[in-house]
Amino acid sequence: MKKDLKVIGKPTPKLDARIRASGQAVYGQDVVLPNMLHGAILRTKYPVADIVSIDVSKAMQLPGVVAVITGDDINANNINYKRDNPVLKRGRVNCIRDEIAAVAAVTREIAQEAVKLIEVKYNVKEGIFDPFEALKDDAPQINEFVKGDQHINIAHPFYYEHGDIEAQKRKSAVIIKTRFELPRMTHCCLAPCAITADYSNVDKRLTLYCVTQIPFLFQRDMARVLNMAPSDIRIIQTVIGGGFGSKLDMYPYEPICALLSMETGRPVQITFDREEEFIASPTRQKMTIDLTSGADSKGKFTFREARIIMDNGAYTSWGATTPFVMMQTFSSMYQLPACIFDAKAVYTNNVYAGSFRGYGNPQATFAVERNIDLLAEKLGMDKFEIRLKNANYKDELTGQEMKFISCGHKEALEIVSDKSGYSPCHSREGGNLSNRYKRGIGFASMLHVGGGAKIYPSDGCGTNLKMDDFGKLTIITGSSEIGQGSETVLAMMASEELGIDLKNIKVINTDTDIKPWDVGVHASRTTFVAGNSLLGALKLLKEKLSNKAAQLLKTEIDDLVYEDGLIESTTSGESFKIDKVVREIHFKPPNELCAVYYYYEPGSEFQDKYYKGNVSDTYAFAAQAIEVEVDTYTGNIKVLDIHVAQDVGKVINPLGLAGQIEGGVVMGMGYALLEELYSEKGYILNPNFHDYKIPTSVDIPNIHFYPVETNDPYGPYGAKGVGEAPLIPTAPAIANAIVDAIGIRIVDLPITPEKVLKALKNDA
Amino acid sequence: MKRIIHLKVNGLDHEIAVEPRRTLAEALRIDLGLTGTRIGCSIGDCGACTVLIDGVPSFSCLTLAVEAEGHEILTIEGVADGNKLHPVQEAFVEVGAIQCGFCTPGMVLSTLALLDYNPDPTEDEIRRALSGNLCRCTGYQKIIDAVKDAARRMKELS
Repeated sequence: MKKDLKVIGKPTPKLDARIRASGQAVYGQDVVLPNMLHGAILRTKYPVADIVSIDVSKAMQLPGVVAVITGDDINANNINYKRDNPVLKRGRVNCIRDEIAAVAAVTREIAQEAVKLIEVKYNVKEGIFDPFEALKDDAPQINEFVKGDQHINIAHPFYYEHGDIEAQKRKSAVIIKTRFELPRMTHCCLAPCAITADYSNVDKRLTLYCVTQIPFLFQRDMARVLNMAPSDIRIIQTVIGGGFGSKLDMYPYEPICALLSMETGRPVQITFDREEEFIASPTRQKMTIDLTSGADSKGKFTFREARIIMDNGAYTSWGATTPFVMMQTFSSMYQLPACIFDAKAVYTNNVYAGSFRGYGNPQATFAVERNIDLLAEKLGMDKFEIRLKNANYKDELTGQEMKFISCGHKEALEIVSDKSGYSPCHSREGGNLSNRYKRGIGFASMLHVGGGAKIYPSDGCGTNLKMDDFGKLTIITGSSEIGQGSETVLAMMASEELGIDLKNIKVINTDTDIKPWDVGVHASRTTFVAGNSLLGALKLLKEKLSNKAAQLLKTEIDDLVYEDGLIESTTSGESFKIDKVVREIHFKPPNELCAVYYYYEPGSEFQDKYYKGNVSDTYAFAAQAIEVEVDTYTGNIKVLDIHVAQDVGKVINPLGLAGQIEGGVVMGMGYALLEELYSEKGYILNPNFHDYKIPTSVDIPNIHFYPVETNDPYGPYGAKGVGEAPLIPTAPAIANAIVDAIGIRIVDLPITPEKVLKALKNDA
Repeated sequence: MKRIIHLKVNGLDHEIAVEPRRTLAEALRIDLGLTGTRIGCSIGDCGACTVLIDGVPSFSCLTLAVEAEGHEILTIEGVADGNKLHPVQEAFVEVGAIQCGFCTPGMVLSTLALLDYNPDPTEDEIRRALSGNLCRCTGYQKIIDAVKDAARRMKELS
């Protein structure tokens, strides 16, 4: 029987918040093990060079140093998506983050001192830092481990098409072609990378206390790198101080730490300082997008043709597969009859790119949404009307064969237009406050996977449940908590289903020796996939409880409700405490523990070789309307109001949801206005928070959030994925607002005051 | 060469031997085991290591341990009253101001100092007081809301 929801939809503080507020949470840098050593890594002095010799003798002599290792001392396989990244480099270095040697010592200071004593002779070489240069016929091979299928420096090519593009070009009344340049942005997790490796010479097992978002893939990869059996490696996730996609790959420091522990037989910890974090963490892909977009005379979109060159850097992470996600936006955000998408990840001698919240979608959406404003302007159409006319709709089957079984796109657009006070007559003139200050409003939408993403052999998640004799529930889930609040969402679902208080629920989710398999925190999938997995397990648990309760209460199973810690018969009004029912199952026939397991695999499909197929069980949609004020004297941009309407399926925890939205939007603002990791000839110029600015508390605008509930048929309680979406439309909406205010041309990010002033001058 | 110093942290006296170059953050974390003080950048940019020195918010990564001798140091571990969280901590929990939580100890200590100095801050004053504490998860809105809520809670108590 259907009852009103008592927990789902109610603002609920995070279960782990009190531990975090008290300072007791243990992050990677806080781990201390008996007899622990500290590791440090020597990175190359030059981005591109042959390594002539490495002399570690002085480092070895420093008191307190226990081990020094170089590429010649270790037996380890290459890491990363294309297995093109040696853990410690031998013979040559390819980018400024390259690892050459590592030290284990009794203190971190001694390890860092020892690193400085390692003498390396380099034969410095010219590098290639521009992917277009790397694509020339006579360009030398940058990464020796990969033979590109098309060109030696193409790490990963992607090609997709649907529809008759030539016919659609002929139908087009306007065609806009723009080249966009998107910068390197980096995650800036507040907690720098940290790992503690503990290898036991006695039982030959390796325990890693680390911060991965993908514990089971990490375990498998680590085993392959170290030539160990995966089951001999135990991954324990510490509290993770920010992920945002950065922990979706393994990086060399992690196997290096393991190797130091294996070499010394003692636990070893490596923690990055902030400069190392900036240099040796991945970045969002820097890319050049040539996008041609068309529309017919009525404003219906006709086609998009995207040609993209991505700066892969020297090695290939999972991030090189971001075109999977980008092509979804080019092919299917707004109705579109025809699309060509051609993207190449190209090796250069820059630091390498990785996965980052949105996974290519912020770049793709920026290009698509900027071009839409240009199409509208050329057609003389209202920029809101053109979006509404082309919006995605429920039950749409897109050219890429994605099925939108629920879709709140139109509603989201209408809400943000309405709430922002936008009207078609709101124009540049309307926003003309004075000669100096000009205001404008910009729109952008977003399409992203919302029901997992089938890109790995399984997109599933396992759940084990145990209810003890005192009525407390332990949820052992494959999914991971990285600050996003997944623990709390799962506990809320269990509380709702079993009618027990949240304080009687515990979530265990950090240990691969205990928890069942899960593919990891990515694709905004945890609430959807881990939530459905939990609901499947709860159903089994309730079957056990209900069978016994029905017997005890002499009634039918359908007659039972779970509420206030009781299982109650709605006809007789009689009830039993839930823990009493558990004890009846445990201590009397059938003498069973109240424990179950369940594995959930989403119903999504693998794409075929043409990249067609319903890759996610459902999709998330959003629209943002943003108002800015531009100071035409200084070029300074003030973001005034951000209106966000997002199709979240169903609100599970309003508190956690708003936190994800606000955090995502502010990260998107950073992408729009502030953030770029500057690189010159392979050197990183701004590896600190003075020079790489992220938004602070004085920068943030008013953020207004309007959830759109489409009650997805496959989502847990109707919910769909949330986490990545809010940052995706923010940069294009801000850019469109600035153009609305002052009419400059914007084709690149970040939109700094210098660029605004320069554009104003050039246009005058 | 190491020096013996006396630090008064969260009301307790400690005697430790430190190199003169040891920062207060390192002394708290390594010598005293008070790891609630986080190290996010070590150069005074991020505020994760904020502690109160004689009630004034200070970057413990830019303070030498030897400089802190003779001063009252408050770290996140000393904020709660035994098992009972401080109203500022309660507000951060209840309002949803904590995601990954790495910035939280520094944010809480900056808030304590603000509310001590100005029990009824405006939104603008809150934003400015927290501008030395970076957060990458929350977008700051819920943190600002938590400070307002904390001010209300503390007024009710006083």
